[in-house]
Amino acid sequence: MTFLSLSDAVAENVRDGDELALEGFTHLVPFAAAHEIIRQGREELALVRMTPDVIYDQLIGMGRARRLTFSYGGNPGVGSLHRFRDAVEHGWPRELEVVEHSHAGLAAAYAAGAARLPFGMLRGYEGTDLAARNPSVASLESPFGGERVSAVRAINPDVAVIHAQHADRRGNVMLWGLAGVQKEAVLAAKRAIVTVEEVVDELEPRPHAVVLPHWVLAAVVVRPGGAWPSYADGYSTRDNAFYAAWDEISRDRTSFMGWMREHVLEAA
Amino acid sequence: MTVTPEEVMTVMAARELSDGQVVLVGVGPPNAAANLARRLHAPGCVLVYESGAIGAKPLHLPLSIGDDDLAATADELVSVPEMFAYWIGAGRIDVGFLGAAQIDRRGNINTTVIGDYEHPKVRLPGAGGAPEIAAAAKEVIVMLRHSSRAFVERLDFVTSLGRGGDAFAVITDLGVLRPGEDGELELTAVHPGVTVEQVLEATGWPLRVREPLAVTGPPTERELEELRRLRART
Repeated sequence: MTFLSLSDAVAENVRDGDELALEGFTHLVPFAAAHEIIRQGREELALVRMTPDVIYDQLIGMGRARRLTFSYGGNPGVGSLHRFRDAVEHGWPRELEVVEHSHAGLAAAYAAGAARLPFGMLRGYEGTDLAARNPSVASLESPFGGERVSAVRAINPDVAVIHAQHADRRGNVMLWGLAGVQKEAVLAAKRAIVTVEEVVDELEPRPHAVVLPHWVLAAVVVRPGGAWPSYADGYSTRDNAFYAAWDEISRDRTSFMGWMREHVLEAA
Repeated sequence: MTVTPEEVMTVMAARELSDGQVVLVGVGPPNAAANLARRLHAPGCVLVYESGAIGAKPLHLPLSIGDDDLAATADELVSVPEMFAYWIGAGRIDVGFLGAAQIDRRGNINTTVIGDYEHPKVRLPGAGGAPEIAAAAKEVIVMLRHSSRAFVERLDFVTSLGRGGDAFAVITDLGVLRPGEDGELELTAVHPGVTVEQVLEATGWPLRVREPLAVTGPPTERELEELRRLRART
């Protein structure tokens, strides 16, 4: 693990064509890192995320993704992700390959990836078209008799990127609040980048904290506010007004490109 | 008070919940229904959000299922893989709410695409937690607006499966549907002021009507006031 600037962390760890998981289940979404990936011009990315929200809408709308593996592609409580829809419905700005799971399926695939097992297991795919459409889902009989379950192929992304609240001076990272699937994404990935709100002398024990030791991380980046418009429990609250505003900004290709130019491409 | 169709649907869904039940709540109308029930007849309902909050007691209606209020008020927070494996998948949810873009006569639902899968007319958000909830919750309540575009003969995509028996209900802005003995959905109740013809018109297959057909009690002033107070705090 090394402490790096955001631009160095992305330059050293994220490559064109990578399978890339920027995780965060509503909370602690690594927006600043996603914007740096867009600014550095990474392309042909195979994106993975349970809830591809606004940052994936942005990566897809900028034409940086060749594939999306996901389980819920909406703007929660608001509606559609318009750039994602435009890519799937009209191939704009390019065709997007879609690999879709349920939440249970993708969570199991990450957990299997973290354990370096070939597949995870669950029940809910039986009889659905999801199982028929996704080659990473198979049906299997328990070797101990009786029950049929669904198997999902493990996911081991090239890179995982997450946002957390604290790192200590050695680069051990702690996050708390809704922890999503971040621990599994980091441990499943070949390389992991964490942006943090703050560096502290010591990580203090907290309820529901997840600690990721420095030796499972490639880079730690200090980036206060790096989750906005998502939030970091203890530092900020979710900017629901922005998520609502994104509906209008992203509905139209021109206004989307204008927003991206002003707030991402030309912002440092 | 003028009552909107969505308010009727939300109040009727809230009435389905009993005190002390463990309820899995999604975004939108189910979120309002469960939080309304907790403020009225079911203060001991345990609200579970798939983002990892168990026993959340939000003061306002959260916009997303991962709002900070949920984590701050929860009895326990768990990771998403744990939520789906140990809590939802294992069958620890008494009542699971689902929304749908399309539903068929077996109660199967589609939240994936309208049109052909490879070249959809409308790309919807997809499965989320629905398939696991549909398979594992002890009871499932589907909430959606009643229209012949939503109640279809044939789904464009089967995202999650319906089921027969008593532990399944569809609550719409026009009435309530439950599976008959052979598992096919039947109209069991209409909301006040709604005619059977209206419901049949808004259903894309020849819907069976169970006799005697019930009429739900109109939303009370207290239910509406509490619901509107909740919404004002979103």
